[in-house]
Amino acid sequence: MSIAITTQFICFTILSLVVIIGALGVVLLESIVYSAFLLGGVFMSVAGLYLLLNASFVAAAQVLVYVGAVNVLIIFAIMLVNKKEDLKPINDIKSRRIISTSICLTLLSLLIRVDLTNVWSLSSPQNSIGEESTIRIGEHLFSDYLLPFEVASVLLLMAMIGAIVLARRDVMSKDISTGLPVDQELIEKSSEPLLTNKN
Amino acid sequence: MMNLESIPIQAFLIVSSALFCIGIWGLLNSRNAVRVLMSIELMLNAVNINLMAFSSYIDNNLIQGQVFTIFVITVAAAEAAVGLAILLSLYRNRVTVDMESFNLLKW
Repeated sequence: MSIAITTQFICFTILSLVVIIGALGVVLLESIVYSAFLLGGVFMSVAGLYLLLNASFVAAAQVLVYVGAVNVLIIFAIMLVNKKEDLKPINDIKSRRIISTSICLTLLSLLIRVDLTNVWSLSSPQNSIGEESTIRIGEHLFSDYLLPFEVASVLLLMAMIGAIVLARRDVMSKDISTGLPVDQELIEKSSEPLLTNKN
Repeated sequence: MMNLESIPIQAFLIVSSALFCIGIWGLLNSRNAVRVLMSIELMLNAVNINLMAFSSYIDNNLIQGQVFTIFVITVAAAEAAVGLAILLSLYRNRVTVDMESFNLLKW
């Protein structure tokens, strides 16, 4: 990395602040649409952190897969299921919040303690591969990680078929058991219109 | 001003720890099922930052951590697709995305 160290520090500070504040916004904001767009910002900043770590290929993959595919998929899902509804109140919500927050804070303090107290055996930056990392990833994928690479392709195929099977509607015109015509109307349409603005 | 030649690895690890804990908090406390999926994505990203930091600071010649990050990204994409498909079919059956009303498998 040929950037000056102060520039690296400034970039790291800005990116990590965006990551943490954006993640807090994702879990805390009331509107789910704002959460989805903030999630895109978090993914972009994580890609920036990867660039600081000399990993241009993984940063590009992060932007392509997370921002380009996962985030767009989440926004589409929000458009399909975004019905304003009054949630039923839970009676012991306060104790749940207290317990889960204390568990998360305890875990965070433990993790930070491990991060700070452990002595990491850092390797010298002289033999760093630097900008050649894409070539090295390709070598790994086609030699010692060949089996996981092939299994990942099978996994993606299974996920694609599974998502199609799970999300499609039943399009047969007759019910198999009774022989009666199937009600082809959209469930959402028959119950309540989508995207009603109640408040 | 500290006299360092690079960002310490602990900074990356702390950012990833905080991101992971925020993800767990959102996973436990969200009522909306889409937000639960987003929290899972946050946790996977925290793991990815960790892998990338170790790959860059400890294993900077072989960079096996970057290969693992590629695999995690693959699995995350598959998980998001299947998770949102399950969410859509749940929404067709229940006409809600409230996590508290999904008790189909409750004993």
